[in-house]
Amino acid sequence: MRIGVHRRYSGLMIRFLPFRSLLYILLAVVEMRGQTTLTIATVNNGDMIVMQKLSKEFQRENADIKLEWVVLEEKILRERTTTDAATHGAQFDVVTIGPLEAPIWGQRGWLTPLNDKLSAGYDLGDLLKPIRDGASYGGKLYALPFYAESSLTYYRKDLFQKAGLTMPAKPTYDDIARFAKALNDPAKGLYGICLRGKPGWGENMAYISTISNTFGGRWFDQNWTPQLDSPEWHVAVSFYVNLLQKYGPPGVSSNGFNESLTLFENGRCGMWIDATVAAGTLYDARQSKVAGTVGFAPAPIAVTPHGAQWLWFWALAVPSSSKNPAAALKFIEWATSKDYIRLVAQTNGWAAVPPGTRESTYREPEYLASAPFAQLTYSSIMAADPLHPTAKPVPYTGIQCIVIPAFPTIGDQVGQLIAAALVGNISVDRALKDAQAATQRVQRRSGFTN
Amino acid sequence: MVDRLITYDPAVYEAIGRKTWRKRLATISLKMPSIAVLFVWSVIPLLMTLWFSFQRYNLMDPGRKGFDGLGNYRYLLSDPSLILSIWNTVLLVGAVLAITIGLGTLLAVLFDQEFFGRGIARVLALAPFFVMPTVNALVWKNMMMHPDNGFIAFLMRGIGLRPIDWFAVAPLASIVIIVSWQWLPFALLTLLTAIQSLDSERKEAARMDGAGSIAMFFHIIWPHLRQAVAAVTMIETIFFLGIFAEIYVTTSGGPGFASTNLSFLIYRYALLEYDVGAASAGGVVAIVLANVLALFLIRSFARNLDA
Repeated sequence: MRIGVHRRYSGLMIRFLPFRSLLYILLAVVEMRGQTTLTIATVNNGDMIVMQKLSKEFQRENADIKLEWVVLEEKILRERTTTDAATHGAQFDVVTIGPLEAPIWGQRGWLTPLNDKLSAGYDLGDLLKPIRDGASYGGKLYALPFYAESSLTYYRKDLFQKAGLTMPAKPTYDDIARFAKALNDPAKGLYGICLRGKPGWGENMAYISTISNTFGGRWFDQNWTPQLDSPEWHVAVSFYVNLLQKYGPPGVSSNGFNESLTLFENGRCGMWIDATVAAGTLYDARQSKVAGTVGFAPAPIAVTPHGAQWLWFWALAVPSSSKNPAAALKFIEWATSKDYIRLVAQTNGWAAVPPGTRESTYREPEYLASAPFAQLTYSSIMAADPLHPTAKPVPYTGIQCIVIPAFPTIGDQVGQLIAAALVGNISVDRALKDAQAATQRVQRRSGFTN
Repeated sequence: MVDRLITYDPAVYEAIGRKTWRKRLATISLKMPSIAVLFVWSVIPLLMTLWFSFQRYNLMDPGRKGFDGLGNYRYLLSDPSLILSIWNTVLLVGAVLAITIGLGTLLAVLFDQEFFGRGIARVLALAPFFVMPTVNALVWKNMMMHPDNGFIAFLMRGIGLRPIDWFAVAPLASIVIIVSWQWLPFALLTLLTAIQSLDSERKEAARMDGAGSIAMFFHIIWPHLRQAVAAVTMIETIFFLGIFAEIYVTTSGGPGFASTNLSFLIYRYALLEYDVGAASAGGVVAIVLANVLALFLIRSFARNLDA
């Protein structure tokens, strides 16, 4: 066909040889477009970097699919993917999202529902139930979990021994306060406890929500009235501020996950309550100075076990605006499959596999042997119940990241106010009163009051 | 020729006037493209911002879209952090201007003198201006002001003081320090060039009249520098109104809203809350504020620039 077209213009073609070669180049470009290009937006976390490296395997099996990576810092990634999904920009074929986006975007129709599209060998039943629930909306699954985490108490076994302390199997916050006091030794550059202080709904508020939950607090009551100035929040936030002001590291109000991790792995903290994913790094002697002496315990409890540990995951999803949904689906299935986990185990060792997504991972004897924190991670994730996150009933789901579109707005503002109380610029009382007012203001604005 | 120009002849001037008018008509088609580009470049975004500022439009909430009257402005003006952020913006601009111009003038006078190693000292003094704002902020955050492993903390511990947690205790002052460090070289360079353009014979004459170095500074150098200072003030104000990277990297506008300026507030609305309407209203407020400041500056400096 194409040759016939050429022949009609061949006289012209010879006279304009340069144009002819240009035309061939154009045709070649058109030909190459038979190859599908997937643009993948993901976070610059260790596990995702491993995925990017191992994607060579995927490309070897799928020569017709070309992968283009957009790897960004969490906050910037969220800005880019949210604006893209909301405006149907179709920049990305695969996006990396969390428990806040998956159900809300699913409900808005911004994501491709996955239930009936997965291949038979994927084994949906193998996914951990709390994670699968978190990535679903209205019974439909919208994202495939890549890794998941809960929170744990990390502590230094050597320091505990020296001070004659024992970490109980299920520590309470009273224990934690007592231990922090005993371990704190700022003159030697050792601080009783490290916690998140950096403001942000995914930073300090992730932790503060869990401590408020276990002191019996909740974000909203059944009528969507904010509960931030309630006695429970007051007790919880005062406890948190007190603990860090007395036994925390200097500059704690700018410490997020990464800053705390650096402090702990350099032997500067006696205890640290944070994400389970840190366990892999802390246990790795190449990265951590405390690899031999780190101990693990569940997240502490105060009044109630409800919502004392958080639940978070990163999952891969296909925006409904993607032009190559079939290829994108193939990729996210590959990256979240049992085979992928085995591939990571082969190349980087079992301790480095993405945790928290599949039952089968926790049945691998080699994994359980090489990662002593695995069992505790599993039980923490399974104990986290995002559908019933607090002791008192609530109209929302989600433990530390409650699934309403306005939560980032509310969480950021409340986080800023609590950080201001932490550094002592305002009182806890003032911070929580202002937080209550700010939340009500956002509610009026976005119209989800009763 | 000379006679005709000296004696006023209206016909000549009229001819010149007609000619330029005709010329203008002839060249207008050539100018049109650039005028059109300028229009697209500046006026259309402005109009879009104005339009969005009257719309209810949150990216996360596509169901509730539409005309909202003054709703966005009401929301913005009822934000307790708005007044604070405007005040922070003004404070930030004022403080950094005072520091850069004050220190810049002193350093410029110093670097104008002959001393050993002047060339190297000048290069070193100019270096901070070539560091990117984000890198600058990161260096100050992690290597200088960090309360645990920063250089300042090290010095303070060395003399037996308790290190300061800069970004918690004095967030705005820390940002002022960071931005001043970056912009001091700009003021220094501009003012040094101005000093060097000062006629050395005038200085010599003043000295022969018995002026000491202080009298020399206030009566000879400073009047000569006024023009350069006006230029530095204008240019720096334009940049300082939009300070963002330093705040984003170090304090994220906190603790509380202690270091939130207007551009960070708009960022918060637009990209943390996805509230396009409120962010646009904030943008309009920022434009008004910038124009008020510009008007004030031009009024007070116009004389100096004409001189």
